Amino acid sequence: MRGIAHNAVHAALRLGVVALAAVALLAGVHLLTRGPIAESERRAALQALELVMPAAQYDNDLLDDRVHVQAPAWLGLPSATVHRARLDGRPSGLVLEANAPDGYAGDIRLLIGVDAEGRILGVRVTAHAETPGLGDRIEERRSGWIRGFDSRTLDQPPPGRWKVRRDGGDFDQFAGATVTPRAVVKAVRKALQFVQRHGEAIRTAEPGATLRFDDAPAP
Amino acid sequence: MKNPPSARSILEYGLASGNVGLVQLLGLCPLLAVSNNAVNALGLGLATLLAVTLTNTAISLLRHVTGREVRIPAFVMVIAAVVTAIELAIRAWLPGLHAVLGLFIPLIVTNCALMGRAEAFASRHDPARAALDGFSIGLGFLWVLLLIGAMRELLGEGSLFAGAGELLHLPWLEMKGGNYPGFLVAVLPMGAFLALASLIALRQAWRLRRGVAA
Repeated sequence: MRGIAHNAVHAALRLGVVALAAVALLAGVHLLTRGPIAESERRAALQALELVMPAAQYDNDLLDDRVHVQAPAWLGLPSATVHRARLDGRPSGLVLEANAPDGYAGDIRLLIGVDAEGRILGVRVTAHAETPGLGDRIEERRSGWIRGFDSRTLDQPPPGRWKVRRDGGDFDQFAGATVTPRAVVKAVRKALQFVQRHGEAIRTAEPGATLRFDDAPAP
Repeated sequence: MKNPPSARSILEYGLASGNVGLVQLLGLCPLLAVSNNAVNALGLGLATLLAVTLTNTAISLLRHVTGREVRIPAFVMVIAAVVTAIELAIRAWLPGLHAVLGLFIPLIVTNCALMGRAEAFASRHDPARAALDGFSIGLGFLWVLLLIGAMRELLGEGSLFAGAGELLHLPWLEMKGGNYPGFLVAVLPMGAFLALASLIALRQAWRLRRGVAA
């Protein structure tokens, strides 16, 4: 009986030594990599923003000057982050997170850059699960389709033509994949309408504030 | 007690006769999932190579501490710690690669090859041999993974090591074909099974021709 207890204590001690060694290793590596990881995450976030907001458009800290927006009917997200660009202290644009919930395979997450006049500076797809070879041409590296939004406004094309060609609009669809571009066009249009309607409230809110909009865009 | 294996036989076992990917068919989850292009394959292959070399060494160094009764939980702890350390390092210095490989780096913990070598080899041999064994097993996994990745990328997209500059800081590796229409099946999950099956079939054919029992 004593022998068993002795063995158990011994085994526990052995495990304890290994656990200590593991903790020491991880603590050391964590200390070593904490700085570089924070730095590289910040750089990656900024790089993503710069794809839809050219560096010449702003001189503020785009990453920190942001508000949280709860406008599910407009942006397709329960809570979206909006970054505010400023040039010489004046608002020069917004970068919005948006979501097209009605893609062929569910959500298509978007990043949309809009300047102070409501003109699109760029749109990029940040995450999606569309069919490889068909719907994935919404990715910038697969085709130039997403660049078709550059310089568009709510009047260019006119409101009735913010659709894919099959629905009587101005945007191309893909052969074999209409649902995907249709969802993206709709989400971008709603984001532009959101900026038109509520842009002022977002530009004047305190940094870090959470804004809530319960109204919905006209269909 | 048997004589410890020679360096030559350790290398031969890991690279060929006991190859993890092609013969033991261990670690198929990363092998099939991450081999859709050569850069992903190279990235995960190198991470696995590093992981199995380090865990083998650590477990061999600790083999007198762990004893027999609690060796399995001790191995799990060592493997988890080493892989987490590697993941942190990749996040810090190769963030692009981390974004692409994502979950598959922590999943190296579950690669049976690591646990298998810890139990079958590292816990019974000196650190130098254990490290060599880990290196050889890891290199064996790397070459199969890289070959499948290169096959699928070449067939599927007509390029080789596309994205190496951005993800691995090795821009000179990138090769892009001209106007290749793409062959989707190779990039889809099915392509991974087809590529692995072809490699295994080739190996069997070669063995049969040499008169080795299959």
